[in-house]
Amino acid sequence: MTLAIVDAGGANIGSLRGALSRLGVEASLTADPATIRAADKLILPGVGAAGAAMTRLREMNLINVLRAATQPLLGICLGMQLLCEHSQEDDTECLGLVPAPVKRLARKPGLRVPHMGWNRVTATAAHPLVADLGPDEYVYFVHGYAVPVHGCTLAVAEHGGPFSAVIGTDRHFGMQFHPERSGAAGANWLKRFLEL
Amino acid sequence: MLTRRIIPCLDVRDGRVVKGVRFRDHAIVGEIVELAHRYRNECADELVFYDIAASPRGRGVQLEWIERVAREIDIPFCVAGGIRSVADAHAVLHAGADKISINSPALERPELIDELAREFGSQCVVVGVDSQRDADGEWHVRQYTGDPSKTRALAWRTLDWIREAQRRGAGEIVLNCMTHDGIRHGYDLEQLRAVRAVCDVPLIASGGAGVVKHFFDVFNEADVDGALAASVFHNGDIAIPSLKNYLLTRGIGVRPS
Repeated sequence: MTLAIVDAGGANIGSLRGALSRLGVEASLTADPATIRAADKLILPGVGAAGAAMTRLREMNLINVLRAATQPLLGICLGMQLLCEHSQEDDTECLGLVPAPVKRLARKPGLRVPHMGWNRVTATAAHPLVADLGPDEYVYFVHGYAVPVHGCTLAVAEHGGPFSAVIGTDRHFGMQFHPERSGAAGANWLKRFLEL
Repeated sequence: MLTRRIIPCLDVRDGRVVKGVRFRDHAIVGEIVELAHRYRNECADELVFYDIAASPRGRGVQLEWIERVAREIDIPFCVAGGIRSVADAHAVLHAGADKISINSPALERPELIDELAREFGSQCVVVGVDSQRDADGEWHVRQYTGDPSKTRALAWRTLDWIREAQRRGAGEIVLNCMTHDGIRHGYDLEQLRAVRAVCDVPLIASGGAGVVKHFFDVFNEADVDGALAASVFHNGDIAIPSLKNYLLTRGIGVRPS
């Protein structure tokens, strides 16, 4: 299996490659349309702000490449948000591959935003990506925006209310947390994506 | 529910982990990647690496060890020290750090916080604050604490600086309570409570952990999001799995080991 990590200038790429390498997959890091089209699976990582990330994808002529991709595509953290239609962050039009919005996490007294740290994930749909989650499925989140619970939600986490921790359509998937930074649990999430 | 974080802090100097008492007299305690592995296996929630010599000497952090940690460790880590510009931060984040923490350079030029938040998002911009109470009864910020000969007191009142840092886009505050650091008498609950009251982003307590009860107290009484400690973890006085079990039995939500 060939796996391409789409290099949109995000920062957490070294750790993602390390995590995949521990699972026996040597991913290529690429912004080359031909390499992206030829891969069996794609991962779109992302740290940073939505506006800047979409600008980079546009400058690298990757928007249409990603929109036309037919392989399973996993967005991680900001990468998941970029798969959606629109983000409140910088009022950004995103890739529109998943029919969901991205909204700022609600501000409530005593609720810290960004949502930063380990939180529990609970499956809300039957899907191989969220199969066999234990009761103590903790993963690491760092984000200030999130996809509300929606028709495409596969798993939720709670921070002042439920939000989408994992989304999925037929071939587009997203994890709001960082599987590459979530210890042994995170490795299992990546493994389930690789096995889809 | 979001869990409270237990964060070992690894002070790094010349590529090794060191620990001083009250920010002085640094002794070598181990190799960076080896200690990082140990804490990952003990269920630490996050690691913070402070390149303590970077700011006073005016040089940036070295990137090689950051790349090694990023490759070998699968929990988040933050790098502090020597990050003075968007370019420095980009290099550290691109080497694989999840967050960057700035302290003295943010005091020199507060706009740095805005620039980093705009470029990378608030969620990876941590502002470290070294603070102690002065003769006027107020907490004030210290700068260049990595080198005692260069450390200086600033006019910034700690609470004002923390408000300012958040306004500019800080996504997390680490409060180092200097008079409590390294002496293991417990966290500075009074100061942490005061900072908590003005801090809407995650707040991490630093300085003073000696026994497991200190961790319970700081979560229970100061409502911090994470507790950072160094020597009690490095020398094995507190094992993180038993600390977490202790906290769980007392109703503090932590990620089970």
